[in-house]
Amino acid sequence: MREMRDKLVSRVKELLADGSCDRVIGWRAGEFCYDVTPEIFTADNVDEMIFDDFCGPNQSKYLVNAPKSDDKKIIVLLKPCDSYSYNELITEHRIQPEKIHAIGVPCTGMVDIDKIRAKGIAGITGIEEDEAGTMLTVHTIYGDSTVAKKDVLEDRCYFCKGKKHVAGDEMLVPDEEAPDTPEAGDRMAEVARLEAMAPQERFDFWRSQLSKCIRCNACRNACPACTCRTCVFDNPASGVSAKVNVNSFEENMFHIIRAFHVAGRCTDCGECSRVCPQNIPLHLLNRKFIKDIDELYGTFQAGAEPDVRGPLVSYTEGDAEASVVLRREN
Amino acid sequence: MQKIAVNDLDRLYSAIAQAMRLYLPVEVAGEVEFRPYDGAAKVRLDALQTVKSAKDAFFPISEDLMKFHKEQKSFTIEPGKELDEDFAILGVRACDARSFSILDHVFLTEPRDGFYAARREHGIVVSLACSRPEETCFCQTFGIDPTNPEGDVVTWLADGNLYWEPKTEKGQKLTDLVKDVLTDAEDVSAVEKQQASVRDILKKLPIGKLNLDYFTSTDQLEIFHRPEWEELSQGCLGCGTCTFVCPTCQCYDIRDFNNGDGQITRYRCWDSCMYSDFTLMAAVNSRKTQMQRFRQRFMHKLVYAPLNKNEFSCVGCGRCLRKCPVGKNIVKVAKKIGGDAQ
Amino acid sequence: MQLTEEKTAGETAVEEEYTPLIVAFCCNWCSYSGADTAGSSRFQYPANIKIVRVPCSGRVNPLFILRAFQRGADGVIICGCHPGDCHYTTGNYYARRRMTLLFSMLDYLGIEPERIRMEWVSAAEGAKFAAVMNDFAATINRLGKNRKLRDLRCAK
Repeated sequence: MREMRDKLVSRVKELLADGSCDRVIGWRAGEFCYDVTPEIFTADNVDEMIFDDFCGPNQSKYLVNAPKSDDKKIIVLLKPCDSYSYNELITEHRIQPEKIHAIGVPCTGMVDIDKIRAKGIAGITGIEEDEAGTMLTVHTIYGDSTVAKKDVLEDRCYFCKGKKHVAGDEMLVPDEEAPDTPEAGDRMAEVARLEAMAPQERFDFWRSQLSKCIRCNACRNACPACTCRTCVFDNPASGVSAKVNVNSFEENMFHIIRAFHVAGRCTDCGECSRVCPQNIPLHLLNRKFIKDIDELYGTFQAGAEPDVRGPLVSYTEGDAEASVVLRREN
Repeated sequence: MQKIAVNDLDRLYSAIAQAMRLYLPVEVAGEVEFRPYDGAAKVRLDALQTVKSAKDAFFPISEDLMKFHKEQKSFTIEPGKELDEDFAILGVRACDARSFSILDHVFLTEPRDGFYAARREHGIVVSLACSRPEETCFCQTFGIDPTNPEGDVVTWLADGNLYWEPKTEKGQKLTDLVKDVLTDAEDVSAVEKQQASVRDILKKLPIGKLNLDYFTSTDQLEIFHRPEWEELSQGCLGCGTCTFVCPTCQCYDIRDFNNGDGQITRYRCWDSCMYSDFTLMAAVNSRKTQMQRFRQRFMHKLVYAPLNKNEFSCVGCGRCLRKCPVGKNIVKVAKKIGGDAQ
Repeated sequence: MQLTEEKTAGETAVEEEYTPLIVAFCCNWCSYSGADTAGSSRFQYPANIKIVRVPCSGRVNPLFILRAFQRGADGVIICGCHPGDCHYTTGNYYARRRMTLLFSMLDYLGIEPERIRMEWVSAAEGAKFAAVMNDFAATINRLGKNRKLRDLRCAK
């Protein structure tokens, strides 16, 4: 990982030096190994940039509000999964690719500190990765422990889309030569498990999950598909604006609408679930829409390529009637 | 001091719950939250922290202030009901226990908030000493002793027992209610042993004691205009996670809900100065950029609060360190801005 | 959830007599006229169906439906021109996809999908309008009161 970081920084330095780009959205180390923060670096401080197993957040959304510059490009670092969001933002004309230099960076799965904590490891002061990048030594104030990296990845990494970037002006390492991404499971298995439940069971599952929601809006604000200037839930004229969920209805409404508004555009990047302070599996709402779209309107991966009409802004005359929902066997 | 075996805790909970509503840390779909005790709940006193802080018990995420009923051409106003019965909140950590006095500064100074005051008056705080602090804890910065928290009753989980010591009149009243399930603890060496070992751990905490002198000794305008705010706030998503998990954040909004059928509910709910729609009721949000909003939150906690109330508006619980989706937190701000004093 | 929120799952034991409230979003060009035809032809349909006229079924936003349930609807039906007959050519095709996904999502959350329906009714089909509404009202009667997607602040 260290080598990759050095390679990345030296490439970024070249780009900043040749005058085509003047800033880069990179990462700054935090107090601990896990609280890394996205930040804009320039030639003056690019040496402080890090890149490691905790650089998980999807950076593509920062491009929407990044300060504009007329002649110089901004460099953005895209993991393979981020490149889908990047394409989607181009499709929706939310970013101008000609003002961006996108570097595809390889990824071997990002580590979720909560997963390490869930193993009962407390007081984490540092984490070291071994040479092979498979085992993590966790230093804590209560002593050291070892965990396998593959056991503590972010949820989305277990459903990795693979090492291929679908966008980017250059690759730090060609995709074919990049290290392997984590083995991907069936991302629809959990959705199918919920579908197979009795309705009351499903209702209870979502009630207990959504009752935890504190309406912090992190899922919305982190989502690369949620780029409205003013969200319907912030707009006092919409009739549904609110700062908190007053009751279970508002919890349901917020989450149905949040997922619905990105349906057909959601690339399944998993940011919503990653950022949720309550660890609500919000991606399961988005994946339900993806599963339905795939089954009813043909397989579709948002962001696989730019400038494609999504399934909710197109139609065919022979589409299933809405009553198909009642006839489905779950 | 009295005690009860950990295996018998359900007897204690039900004894309290019979007399009054009892809130305690409960596991809900994988996360630990304060919820009412109902017998079936999976109580998690071992968890260091709940996601939301205990302030929810006194300053709830939303509460009705009044109702208006419209009938033809007349309105009737039904004032909201202030709490009039006792409740207990058990398992409050030292940091959260201190946060109540910070909230008191806001809600109990004139004009006094009746809803909050009623809850404070009727709420009995049963705090729980920490046995396993973590790297994100920095409560010592604010003179909080996690081995000996504030509270009406203070408890310690040590040696397979819950040790129980009433500290106030209210605490004594609660103790009398549950005296049948408690036994006298003559030997409290387990508590002392735990306190000593926790104090050793506290010395080892990486950010355990921050030096915040810079913020109280420097002119507020100088701090306000520090150039570092720009880079510190970069990447802030403008979500409300830090605010909503914070035990001391006290901003609220007052809104009306019209049910479309002649009844309007005026309610109060948490708000966050990090939101772009903060203070819209006063026409606009005067802080146009996320940097300004970010700066406001930390200026309030580290500069304005000590200036006005002689007390930082932070208790070092570390929730923001754990929960911010992009790794922003008050410790980074304190170190970057007040770095010279470190 | 509010810490102090009362558990609302338990209902009052004695349920007063139940008259369902049904909201029908009808497109201006076909289904609203269809309702008119039903009326002038004296076809009977229940009076507890409240019609909201919309310019096109494609105008129906998922929030409309959720808010109808919030305000006390027990069932919501969306009616538009037959596929191919949309006044704006394609509005109902888009609506069909959106509503299908929304219905499916409500089902996924454990909310009875029978409470929501989408039907195509032309201006001439007064009899069909009445038949659809009678059938839908019977379904909602059978399902009983909407409990899973309601806002107690709006309960009578």
